[in-house]
Amino acid sequence: MTTATTTITIQNRLGMHARPAMLFAEIAGKFSAEITVGHADADAVDAKSIMQLMMLAATQGTDLVIIANGDDADKAIDELSTLVRDGFNE
Amino acid sequence: MDIVVKDAIIPELQSTNRDGAIAELIDSLVAANCVTEDQRDEFVKAIIRRENKGSTGFGHGVAVPHVKDLDIKTMHIAIGNSPEGIDFKALDGDHVYSIVLLLSPEDQPENHLDAMEAIFSSLSQDTFRRFLRQARSSDDVLTLLTETDNAVR
Repeated sequence: MTTATTTITIQNRLGMHARPAMLFAEIAGKFSAEITVGHADADAVDAKSIMQLMMLAATQGTDLVIIANGDDADKAIDELSTLVRDGFNE
Repeated sequence: MDIVVKDAIIPELQSTNRDGAIAELIDSLVAANCVTEDQRDEFVKAIIRRENKGSTGFGHGVAVPHVKDLDIKTMHIAIGNSPEGIDFKALDGDHVYSIVLLLSPEDQPENHLDAMEAIFSSLSQDTFRRFLRQARSSDDVLTLLTETDNAVR
């Protein structure tokens, strides 16, 4: 079991709205690791649930804390941070 | 959620398909003077375009179709129930029984995310979804929303 974590800032103007949340949940869902994501004003939620991701209200400039637990935790953190860093390809 | 338009709560949608239900909800916002006749077609098309990119039927029988547009000055929510269920191409493949349609000003991304947060905080609860689906009048829906708001505070 590996634990990996990162803090990454939301770049895109519109923040984590529905489409980015879908992408995020889709990528997180590829991994067997348990992944949570939260920020200073929101409790950590399941990164594989779009509904829960939408409850983060993560605007541009929000520092997301992503924590992964599992064999593929490092790869999961790597792919998810790339997605956020690239502004969800918007 | 005071952005929910009372006159745009439809306890029983007539349409049994996705695009029809979206049009019906926008029409109710037109009737409630929240959307002009001129904007009606544009918004219906924009929401359908958005759905075609990726369904907002996120599972559990609910869908949250929405559009952000510069022509929208104030955030508005319309709510519709479909007793028979509608194929919304939902992620879990199930039919959708409650639709929460959101119009957001394009230049207020924070408000949009706050509204989505409020919507999903409610919709993620089994009991809320069940009560919403069972609501048979706009007053039922408003009572449910008020009780949920109070419970959160």
